[in-house]
Parts: sequence; structure tokens; C-alpha cells
Amino acid sequence: MKYVDVFRDAKLAHQLAQHIHQQADPERHYRLMEFCGGHTHAVFRYGLPALLPDNVELVHGPGCPVCVLPVTRLEQALELSRLPEVILCSYGDMLRVPAGKGQSLLKARADGADIRMLYSPLEALTLAQQHPERQVVFFAIGFETTTPPTAVLIQRADEMGISNLSVLCNHVLTPAAMHAILTPSEGEATAIDGFIGPAHVSTVIGSEAYAPFPRQFGKPVVIAGFEPLDLLQAISMLVGQLNRHEARVENQFSWAVTPGGNPKARALVEQVFERRDSFEWRGLGEVPASALKIRPEYARYDAEQRFELSAPRAREHPACECPAVLRGQKRPDQCRLFGTPCTPDNPLGACMVSSEGACAAWYRYNRGRIAMQERE
Amino acid sequence: MSRLDLTNGKVEMAHGGGGRAMAQLISQLFARAFDNEWLAQGNDQAQLSLPAGRLAFASDSHVVSPLFFPGGDIGSLAVHGTLNDLAMCGARPHALSVGFILEEGFPLSELARIVESMAQASREANVPIVTGDTKVVERGKGDGVFINTSGVGIVPEGLDLSGDRARPGDCILLSGSVGDHGACILTQRESLGFAADIRSDSCALHRLTQAMVAQVPQLRCMRDPTRGGLANTLNELAQQSGVGMQLEEAAIPVIQPVQAVCELLGLDPLYLANEGKLVAICPPEQAPELLALMRAHPQGKSAAIIGTVTADPQQFVQLRTRFGGNRLLDWLNSEPLPRIC
Repeated sequence: MKYVDVFRDAKLAHQLAQHIHQQADPERHYRLMEFCGGHTHAVFRYGLPALLPDNVELVHGPGCPVCVLPVTRLEQALELSRLPEVILCSYGDMLRVPAGKGQSLLKARADGADIRMLYSPLEALTLAQQHPERQVVFFAIGFETTTPPTAVLIQRADEMGISNLSVLCNHVLTPAAMHAILTPSEGEATAIDGFIGPAHVSTVIGSEAYAPFPRQFGKPVVIAGFEPLDLLQAISMLVGQLNRHEARVENQFSWAVTPGGNPKARALVEQVFERRDSFEWRGLGEVPASALKIRPEYARYDAEQRFELSAPRAREHPACECPAVLRGQKRPDQCRLFGTPCTPDNPLGACMVSSEGACAAWYRYNRGRIAMQERE
Repeated sequence: MSRLDLTNGKVEMAHGGGGRAMAQLISQLFARAFDNEWLAQGNDQAQLSLPAGRLAFASDSHVVSPLFFPGGDIGSLAVHGTLNDLAMCGARPHALSVGFILEEGFPLSELARIVESMAQASREANVPIVTGDTKVVERGKGDGVFINTSGVGIVPEGLDLSGDRARPGDCILLSGSVGDHGACILTQRESLGFAADIRSDSCALHRLTQAMVAQVPQLRCMRDPTRGGLANTLNELAQQSGVGMQLEEAAIPVIQPVQAVCELLGLDPLYLANEGKLVAICPPEQAPELLALMRAHPQGKSAAIIGTVTADPQQFVQLRTRFGGNRLLDWLNSEPLPRIC
């Protein structure tokens, strides 16, 4: 495990943390958003907030594909799953997300819907071959990382002439969401000073994708890996830029991320998908050009075209603060549902569902830390 | 009575119907493989003469997929599972029962493999399978084979191990590396297509536990961290005893291939199932002796003291990470799932 252990060296981490303490200007507050849920998870797993000065605050962003999917799209999946001919399949975390009236895909499955959990989209292909009399629908979600495998699924189905498979496409785009976060709505200030840029997403889209943020909004972006040393180094780089009044894209994760990303994956996505004019995000509302849909040449694999889907106007829990949490305006524990009644066992909001969701990570890791501090 | 075709035959509804076909399956497969005086009597129950002591009684159902995996199969697992549940209270296992729920169409050759494996596990443990039951469900209503095993054992006089006996200051010991069984099963699932060389740790622990209770009768409790892994087991014990726990991540053994699979899938080995490991809690004075004893036993070679019991009304299980931080090791709130991206 050398390849991982070197990024978890406690001594080096403490040196880096010490350096951040020296760098941080006591006269100012640094609010750094980790866009990606994988980063949120790592921040808590390694207890990074405890190593940082109080005025360097990590803000958890919307980078969890489960958390940002609006209830309306989930209701559509539930509607599909109720059709007797449909086998609906999706990734595991998606199955637990609460929709309206206490529903979820897991509950629908218990009520008799044929809903399967997949590890890889290509399993949907096997299901379609095994059940030629049924309609297999892949409920596709995720950022740029999970989009290429969905594209492969559609192309493979096309090559094999499989006709009983379709995709309910909910793939979303990171830069568009970052743009939405930095564009304050009326009466509300942008809540962050800089971004810790996503790791896996950036391996696909490349560091150049973030160029508009420093230019247009004056906010630095440092792309970081998922290991604790990666994150601490990225934080130090961000604090350094902010101290120098700079705003650039820097790439801490340089051994995996190139300026142009992965051209093969990008070309594949380009062949199969095109941008939607607008897409609703949980927490961010309608965001222009922020998601993908299946191109007309592959329309026969588009579940939205194959089935007549209604667009139910489902509502989230009225007291749920997930939208403010996703925008970096509130901490999870500032939501009055947090802890009781909203817990990972009984999630009322999407951020409590996925282990990468900000509220679930807070619940899972921070309760212990708070208890420790109280003891001390 | 005609011969059962164990090479090409399939389970049929008649094999659970109570007639000639079922009698044929029992006599030519089950009774022959498990072969003991109680089964040979052909009664609907086994009549056992038990030594003095408290009777321990445990039951466990097995629904694992895939049925065969490196290091074991559903048959040996079903034997080990119940033996270990008995062993954790210090009982000497005495006899097992087995209930099969078979799916119509299941190949008899695979059933025979499973039954042979159970028979071998029971012989190795020296605990006979003395009674059983078979039911067949229609094709599509089962997952090949489900197995329930129940068992009885005798707890020696004066021994009292229970999950509510952990006290602040006690030491927490673990018999070996965690996550082997869970990671093995995950890598064997067709869809993941992994080639990791991980074997299940499935084994019977009653010989190890008997050595432990004989030498350290002051033991507070033992438990095998099966589903939910080490993390859930410790949360259970913390809740039962009304205490907290402080663990050292660096002290918890995890073999490298398991660690690698967990890194790739975004899973935590502390939440993965084990089928041949145990956690023991004992007063601190006895911990060095108990550790030495465990390490001298083949099933406890990698045993370690992994933490201590703390006074904590919130009953938190905390983990001091290799990285120097401290984090909560919470209950698992659903099945461990690989991350999406």
C-alpha cells in the first residue's frame, strides 16, 4: 500500500498543517469549498478540521451526485419502476434517497417494484439480455466521472442491437454548478473564497475547465487528490493565493490531472450526449446548460422518449436546509432537522443519504469530535 | 430405491414433498455425508445426553451469494457460523441441526458439494449434525440454497460471559485481520470482475475460545464480528454495557489485499464481515496473558490489543486514526456500498 501510505504520513501532515497556521492571516477568514463529496468524506475521515487554524474553514459543496438530484427526477424513476414491464436499475446510494411522501426506490422495491442495484452500468446490458420480454431502464446519475461508462453502455447496446434497454439520463456538469454557486442570487453574497477542485472529475475534464472562475469571479481553484496530504497541500496553496490576492487555477493532483483531461473519455461523451438547455439541481434550482441528455441519434435509448413521463412537482421537506448546505451558506448542524429527526437511518434530506453527502459526513464523524471536545 | 443422479440431477419439488424422492435425498445424500448415530436412528428429532452446565442454544441462517468462494462455501460457513455463536459464550458445542431451503432446479451436484463441505466442517470441529429438515421452493422463489443451522452447547459451571459486562479500563482484543470474508465475497461478485487474491477467513473458533476461557476465566465477553464488521460489533457491545470505546487504527490488523480492495471501492474494512475472527474484552491485568495465549493458537496468530473501554454515557466508539486524528466509528446505517465516483 506504499502508493497510498505516502500520502497519509502523519509527520508530513503535521508539518503542512503547521505551515498553514503560519500562512493564515489572523485578520481574515478563509472559506474554502471542497466541491467534491469525496473530499468532504476525506476531510472528516482524517479529522482535518482539527489540524487547521480556526479562521481556515472548509465548506462542503454540492459535489455528491445523489444529493443534487431533484426530487422531480427521482419521482420519474419511481413512476417508471411501477410499470410492470420495467426493471429499473441504478447505483446503490440512489436507492435510499427520500422522495415525496416518505417514498424511496428501496421502499418501492419492498412494495413490489423490480429495482436492481448495479455496480457498473454494463450490468444493465446483461439484465436486458437475460430478460428480453422486459424493459430495462438504467437510472443514470453522476458528474463527469460516471458519464463515460453510461456512454459505453449506450454504444454497446447499439452495437449489439439490444432494443429493450434505455437510460434515464441525469448526468450533470461540475463547472456549471460552480458557476451557479459563484453567481449570487438577489440579496445574498457569495459564501466562499476559493475552491478545492474535484479529483476524479478533473481527470476527465482537465484543469483548463476551471479557467473561467479565477478570470470571471476572482476565485482561485486548486485541484486536489483525495488523500490527506493532497488536501492539506491544496489548502496551503489556496491560502497562499488568497494572501497574495491572486486567483489562478493550480493543479495539486498533477500526476493524474492534465490541462485537457482525458480526450478519449471526452470524445466518447461528446458522441453520445449533448447539453440540456437547463436542468434543475437540488439546492441550486434551474441551472442553464448544466446537464447532459442523449443525442437524437441515440434517441431510441432515451427513457424520456421511450416512456411517457409526467413531471410531478414533488416537494422536499419544508424545513430541510440542504439547499443552503449545498451552496455553502449553512453548516449541516445549523439545520434544525440535523441529528433529530434527520439521521442516516432516517434521512429527510438528500445530503444525509450518501456517505459523501455533507450532512451524513458531519453526522458520522463530527458527533464524536464534539463529544471529545466536551470531555476535554 | 433408485439411485439419486448426483452428477446431472436437479432439485425437484418432490425432493421436499415428504415422499420417496425426499427419503432418497435424505438417505443417499444427507445421512450418508453427515453419518452419525442420531441420524441413523431416522427419528424426527435427536435425543442427546448432555453433560452438566448451562445449555447454550444458537441459530443462524445463511443466504450468501456466491455459494462457493475462496476459503469456503455456504455449507462450511453455515457450520462455522453457529459453532462460533455458541463458542462466544464459552460454550463447548455439542450438536448441530441443519435446515435446507432448496430452489427447484438447483443442480444436485452443487448440493452434494455443499453437503460434503458441511460434513467435513462438522467432522473437523468434532460436532455432529444430528437432525435436519429439507424444503423445496418453486424455481424463482429462492436463491439456489438457503441454509439454517442451529446448535446446542454446554457452558461450564462458573463461567459467565455476556455483552453487558465490559467496564471502563478493560482491554479490547481482536483475534486477527478484519474484512477478509467481506472483501472476498465482494471480489467474487461477477459484476466487479476483480482478480484480488483474498480468501474468506471462515473457520470454527471454539477451540480457541475454550483455551481462552480455561486460562482467563475473568474474560468479560467475546463476540464474532460477522455482518456489520468490527465497527458494528463494538457498537453493540458498547451499547449493551453502557460504555464507550477508544480504538487505535494502527493496531487493527488489515491484510494488504483487503486494504487495496477497500481503497478502490471506497469501503471501510472495519465494516466488512468476518467469519473466523473474534473480539474479546477482559480486565487490563489479564490482557497480556490473554494476548500471548491467542497468538500461540493458529486462529489467533495476528491477535492484537486494539483499544480500551472508556466511560462514556453517549456510548461512542472512537478511532484514533493512523493519521493522528480521532473520529467516530459509528453504527453502519445500511449495507456497505461502493461509492458512485
